[in-house]
Amino acid sequence: MNLTLKVWKQKNAESGGKFETYKVSNISSEMSFLEMFDVLNEQLIREGKEPIAFDHDCREGICGMCSMYINGRPHGPWHGTTTCQLHMRAFKDGDTIVVEPWRAKAFPVVKDLIVDRSAFDRIIQAGGYISVNTGNAQDGNAIPIPKENADKAFAAAACIGCGACVAACKNSSALLFLSAKVSHLALLPQGEAEKKDRALNMIAQMDREGFGSCTNTGACEAVCPKEIEITNIARLNGEYLGAGLASDTRKH
Amino acid sequence: MLDSKIPAGKLEEKWTDYKGHCKLVNPANKRKLEVIVVGTGLAGASAAASLGEQGYQVKAFCFQDSPRRAHSIAAQGGINAAKNYQNDGDSVFRLFYDTIKGGDYRSRESNVHRLAEVSVNIIDQCVAQGVPFAREYGGLLNNRSFGGVQVKRTFYAAGQTGQQLLIGAYQALERQVALGNVKMYNRHEMQDVVVIDGKARGIITRNLINGQLERFFGHAVVLATGGYGNVFYLSTNAMGSNVTAAWRAHKKGAHFANPCFTQIHPTCIPVSGDHQSKLTLMSESLRNDGRIWVPKKQNDTRKANEIPEEERDYYLERRYPAFGNLVPRDVASRAAKERCDAGYGVGTTKQAVYLDFKYNLINKYGKAEANKQGIQNPDMETLIRLGKEVVKEEYGNLFDMYEKITGENPYEVPMRIYPAVHYTMGGLWVDYDLMTSVQGLFCLGEANYSDHGANRLGASALMQGLADGYFVIPYTMGNYLAGEIGVKPIPTTDRAFVEVETKANERINRLMNIQGTQTVESFHKRLGKIMWEKCGMARNEQGLKEAIEEIKDLRADFWKNVRIPGSIYEMNPELDKASRVADFLELGELMCRDALERNESCGGHFREESQTPDGEALRNDDQYMYVSAWKLNGENSWELEKEPLNYELIKPTQRNYK
Repeated sequence: MNLTLKVWKQKNAESGGKFETYKVSNISSEMSFLEMFDVLNEQLIREGKEPIAFDHDCREGICGMCSMYINGRPHGPWHGTTTCQLHMRAFKDGDTIVVEPWRAKAFPVVKDLIVDRSAFDRIIQAGGYISVNTGNAQDGNAIPIPKENADKAFAAAACIGCGACVAACKNSSALLFLSAKVSHLALLPQGEAEKKDRALNMIAQMDREGFGSCTNTGACEAVCPKEIEITNIARLNGEYLGAGLASDTRKH
Repeated sequence: MLDSKIPAGKLEEKWTDYKGHCKLVNPANKRKLEVIVVGTGLAGASAAASLGEQGYQVKAFCFQDSPRRAHSIAAQGGINAAKNYQNDGDSVFRLFYDTIKGGDYRSRESNVHRLAEVSVNIIDQCVAQGVPFAREYGGLLNNRSFGGVQVKRTFYAAGQTGQQLLIGAYQALERQVALGNVKMYNRHEMQDVVVIDGKARGIITRNLINGQLERFFGHAVVLATGGYGNVFYLSTNAMGSNVTAAWRAHKKGAHFANPCFTQIHPTCIPVSGDHQSKLTLMSESLRNDGRIWVPKKQNDTRKANEIPEEERDYYLERRYPAFGNLVPRDVASRAAKERCDAGYGVGTTKQAVYLDFKYNLINKYGKAEANKQGIQNPDMETLIRLGKEVVKEEYGNLFDMYEKITGENPYEVPMRIYPAVHYTMGGLWVDYDLMTSVQGLFCLGEANYSDHGANRLGASALMQGLADGYFVIPYTMGNYLAGEIGVKPIPTTDRAFVEVETKANERINRLMNIQGTQTVESFHKRLGKIMWEKCGMARNEQGLKEAIEEIKDLRADFWKNVRIPGSIYEMNPELDKASRVADFLELGELMCRDALERNESCGGHFREESQTPDGEALRNDDQYMYVSAWKLNGENSWELEKEPLNYELIKPTQRNYK
């Protein structure tokens, strides 16, 4: 198939950007979306032009690196799918496809379609872990965990930290990402000890990074490639409220 | 001469003795010692976190935008540990034995025994961190089985075990970052190691956002930079996975061991066309429940579901009745190739075999669920429905991934699969302390050659990465640094740093100044084709000799004709890639030389000249019972040093899975 692409080009964080239009031809429906970009970039390099910079690594939907806003939707038209797993079967001959980077104040553009998502790392640093040093942990079977809780924790922990939730949200809120981590750890007995501080500190960090607040539109859940559920946000709210009301919680 | 520094004493007591007697660094001195960790996959992240916890000043580096993206994240099926929760006869000895046998008797007993010993601690550690492993209804940990073994010792989290373990290690790492014990450098790629007076003292990195070279000092340097499967262009590795850090270390004096030992994984989604940029694995755990077959008739063009049961050849079950579909990866891969080469392949390219879940979906899961729900004499439809639900829970994400890539529904039709490059057992040579032949330069995880011999068993890579990072390096690093407490941090203005940076800079400028006509990608593809055809699943003397010449020519062509757009001091992914491909063009030659030198078949290394009458790999223990450790003597000129392998506990025999 032959396609027209309108792609955001931006030299670096400081400069402005604009859409450029490209044509690609002979695209097979078996190609992945990123392989279509490979074809375009090879073509650009051969013509002596600058290729388009985009983030990608594992190309099997798990590393969370790929991040294209395709036709007004993070990761494109397929439900529960990362950009790298989107295949050209989703498009038809003659289509025009618009591709932009994630847009959020807390995710500044680095170049073209690449953004800086280190704010997510800093949110994890604020409390997205269980404080246990290496060595001498008790036997893995010492504390039975009801299968239902283990399964729910796993479903939340499946988040790949790609940032689609932020990109889709009109407030650029990171609450689905954050709540997935809080839920993952709060659902397990090992995460119990720190759960109050965790919720408070991570949210404080989210605010400092310039992410917006949640107004329950549900756009995040709709575009999440790992189908992280918005019920995690409800659980987070419960954790946050509980932690905030507890009189023995320090300084927040 | 290489000294593997294997402690004296009985095999099962070596590690305990080592821990009891190794040198220690007191807490006050730890704070004065700096350690560099390159790579943040399972090995690197766990090492950086654990060393940070101990109080060392750690600097960690990754080329991705976050340490959580390292390719360990993509590991699917599971992690082995000798817990024997299933009461099925597992033990530390049996895990040790299976790993040595699976590796076709080409690994070091002492290291493998240690790996089996610490495997149990890994599971405990991960549970404590909140890794949500699969559990049974009673709340206890569940297991599945993997290839090459007859017990169920694999812990898992659906088809996302690597992700969950890496997130655990990543969180431990970020906790240390928050505490100030680790400083994290994202989007930085190592360019070279700085060696001063024979000891590794730092690295030069390239900041991938602005192209600047930067210098970093460390009292010791740890490389945990993964494998080099991307030398084949098409592999299950991530696009960015590369050999660069290990290769630059090799050029600084670190021996490269067993470079030709490559794992070709039997169950990957087949190549669909020339546009293909990477291959996708379908976890080995699927062989638990999937049966592999081809039609009994050559060039059978019928659809899979139209071929009746009696016309299907379950060739693994036929050839290897004892292990069946769960033979080790090298054996399963060769068997698939044999069937396809003989004209029994399926799909449009005929380079594929079927992996079929229908039997177990109905008979194992469907019937069990029906029983559980008290449904008497369930009909086929009910069994399929019930079975599907269980299969979805066990492997759902893999089935979805298969459908997205191929457009076929694997619940309805069998998967089409074919072997693909997956893992490299070879890597930097390390001693018992995981130190390379350069003092103070350590190498962990897939980047070293240590534990898997000539073939790695499934679910053992995650085990090794975490064993090295959580449980080995914290001891062996202290043992080394105890001798370094008097060394003041060397300023990076030191001449040694300046010289290495200048060289790195020259190389980058040389690449940029070529301004040829052909893309980096086109060279990488050509290299991959040579490697796959002549140093892939089957190798022979003539092919390897041809490959060496072809790679030399290709390398010369690359340095004359490659075109890299853009400039140095900006984000330039093509330049990053060119620098990596240049290293693959050198490594490829060494792999072929190693494969040529080893005129025996063992594990994943299959020399056509050396096979049994029924086509199995034939080892030659009299001549090749050693680790090949290659030392670089000059531009693409190597000298082979051999580390003899002495088996104290296990008597090597012809591997038999029949």
